[in-house]
Amino acid sequence: MSPLLAQVEIHQRTQDSCVSDNGLCPSWIVDNFDRYVDPFFQHVLLTVVAMAIGFVISFSLALVAYRRRWLINPVTQVTGVLYTIPSIAAFFLLLPITGRGFLTATIALVSYVLLIIFRNVLTGLDNVPEETKDAGRGMGLTDRQLLWRVEVPLALPEIMAGLRIAATTTVGLATLAFFAGAGGLGEQIFADINFKSNVVTAGGLAVALAAVLDGAILLTQRAITPWTRAAASR
Amino acid sequence: MRRHRWLMLLALLVAALAVAGCGDDDDDSGSGNAGSSKEQSSSKIQKNDKNASTKLTIGSKNFTEQKVLGEIYAQALQAAGYGVSKELNLGDEKTALKALEGGDISAYPEYTGTALLSFFGYTADKLPSDEGEAFDLAKAGFEKKNLTALPPTPFVSSNEVAVTKETADKLGLKKISDLKGKSQDLTLYGSPECRQRLDCKLGLEKVYGLKFKKFVPVDIALRHEVLKKGQADVSIVFTTDPQNKREGFVLLEDDKGMFPPYNSTLVVRNDVIEKAGPDLAKTVELVNKNLTDEVMQELNARVDIDKSTPEDVAGEYLKETGLIGG
Amino acid sequence: MNQFVDAIDFIFSERESPAGGARVGGLAKMWELTWEHLQLSAASIAIACAIAIPLGLWLGHTGRGGFLAINASNVGRAVPSLALIAFFVAYIGVGFTNLTLALVLLAIPPILTNAYTGVRQVDRDSVDSARGMGMTGAQVVRRVELPLALPLIFGGLRISAVNVVATATIAPLAGVVTLGDPIINVNTYGDDGRLAAALVVALLAVVTELVLGAVQRAVTPRGLKLEGGGRWRRLAVAMPHNRREAPT
Repeated sequence: MSPLLAQVEIHQRTQDSCVSDNGLCPSWIVDNFDRYVDPFFQHVLLTVVAMAIGFVISFSLALVAYRRRWLINPVTQVTGVLYTIPSIAAFFLLLPITGRGFLTATIALVSYVLLIIFRNVLTGLDNVPEETKDAGRGMGLTDRQLLWRVEVPLALPEIMAGLRIAATTTVGLATLAFFAGAGGLGEQIFADINFKSNVVTAGGLAVALAAVLDGAILLTQRAITPWTRAAASR
Repeated sequence: MRRHRWLMLLALLVAALAVAGCGDDDDDSGSGNAGSSKEQSSSKIQKNDKNASTKLTIGSKNFTEQKVLGEIYAQALQAAGYGVSKELNLGDEKTALKALEGGDISAYPEYTGTALLSFFGYTADKLPSDEGEAFDLAKAGFEKKNLTALPPTPFVSSNEVAVTKETADKLGLKKISDLKGKSQDLTLYGSPECRQRLDCKLGLEKVYGLKFKKFVPVDIALRHEVLKKGQADVSIVFTTDPQNKREGFVLLEDDKGMFPPYNSTLVVRNDVIEKAGPDLAKTVELVNKNLTDEVMQELNARVDIDKSTPEDVAGEYLKETGLIGG
Repeated sequence: MNQFVDAIDFIFSERESPAGGARVGGLAKMWELTWEHLQLSAASIAIACAIAIPLGLWLGHTGRGGFLAINASNVGRAVPSLALIAFFVAYIGVGFTNLTLALVLLAIPPILTNAYTGVRQVDRDSVDSARGMGMTGAQVVRRVELPLALPLIFGGLRISAVNVVATATIAPLAGVVTLGDPIINVNTYGDDGRLAAALVVALLAVVTELVLGAVQRAVTPRGLKLEGGGRWRRLAVAMPHNRREAPT
């Protein structure tokens, strides 16, 4: 073939560099950080959506079960089973029904947080001291007012604790979402599993996201429940 | 793009002068290239607004070379005025074919050898060794599926059996048949599909009669690392991998002709070809011209070793060969 | 629903792989995958226990390193299993041994935290009277603290075991052929195989949870067992630091 036609510049790669050795290269990470931006935001979206939906469902379930105690056991069993099923298995068990993509991943992720939040909301509500409730009733509060003005606020620490666990858990599970075709940081890790810089950056971002969400929820909790600051903090 | 029209014209002029300076057509034999109507003026892709109504989805398989090829075709066809979307990294050849036949994608780059072995049921003894013949047989096979295999690339990207230099020296290995009598103590690492492919583990068993101590399926991206880190005694690599030379791997000679030729051909759905008009084939031809062994290896190296993205590397290819100006 | 029937059929009858050239499916082959899955999980959990239980007991007994022990779970939960495995593959490589190392790291935090907390929550009077009887430190741990900490230790073990079994599903990414192989490498086994493996993995995880849950109940002295409301609720209330971890 005519060498002049192949105008592609053939680079001489005689020297080993950090990048060509698949190493951990800070300068490369800085230069190529934009590769991680989209996957990061996909990851955030997956996590936040799953947590929001999961919270709405399990909080509602918990409120209902708080009054109708017979519901606690069956709900716990069902959400417990959902919780135990490994996420990858869940993605493919859902595949025949919901196909590949964001929806399947979200359904699986939501099913994981259900048990955690359900349990924590109930525990929090159950922990409200009887005397406090009596005082409330004594003040003439209706059941509904009692719930929203006394019981739920007092249950907040427990609820927030559950949210923190749900957050870190969901971030971790969302790394596997790419198996369901939903992108995320896991896809980026897998794009070059040999390249240390890539694995560390994508993995590190996931850990950082989990830490930030955990901290944010903790700070929110401290802000809206100032009375717990006196108690031993976790 | 509009702003740069003057720049593009300027680049066109420069490219035209450059091409006039070369004045040579690609004359690779056996590539089946119908390159007779080459114009001296320019090898640049012309944007044709009539193509805008045709939407193409370009797919690819799941390793670097495929992703680069997919990007190149996608960007080139976009420059020709088509509406292009990408579905790269689909999976192995079976997954890609399923996507193509099902209409999820309009086209993807397949290898002639892979098609013969994995799709059309050719056994090792019936494999052609001539590149042209391999393409003709593959094309015929695809026609039966209402798919058109466009003229192939000059480069050949074959499966190959690789060992480290130390292993080759220690066991005296030059050809694949040298492994006979020694393979039962060696571990073979290959892609998960390798277990069932005649140009992989299955072929090594049937054609060379080799039984390995253990076969470990690993993702195709790890094919060099496992050799390098000493976990694999033998690994299956591609001839266009830049890592082969870099790490000093020894590629064993295929003395019994287990591997067919593997030129890359863009396989397109017939209904897409009809709708797309002549520019589709013309653009692909322009792109293929410069995809030689050396060039493909360079492009792979830019992704695997320099860690560029396939998208960027494809853009560089198209610019450096003057197919896209600017 | 049809697909689920086909998947069950895959578990019981061997057949030619979709691409030809290999036999897949059937009880024998499914058992091969399951056995590898179990071996990997068991090895990782065993090693994790050997490290985490003594360490947790000692830290709890001496009252040191509380911050580390308690937050081990929180930190561990924030590290995604895929990231951990990818880290090991990038730095060390693929293979059973390397993967076991990664899984051990994954399994340690819940066991460590629970062992520590289990010892810390042992009634101080029991410990004091044991010392008063002349027991050495080691004897106190062995005869008083350990038995009373067993329920929580098993709680942590249960969490880790389910975690590890779940994570072993992505072992094929590191070259170990477990039940995750039909899921990750679907073309070798077909869609039926993938669904079949998903069912078996789910079943395996649930069984692990139930079995270890039963063991945990069995080692819980009757006095600690709860009236109504469920054991995990009261224990959770009693131990605000202990939360069930999440699986993969």
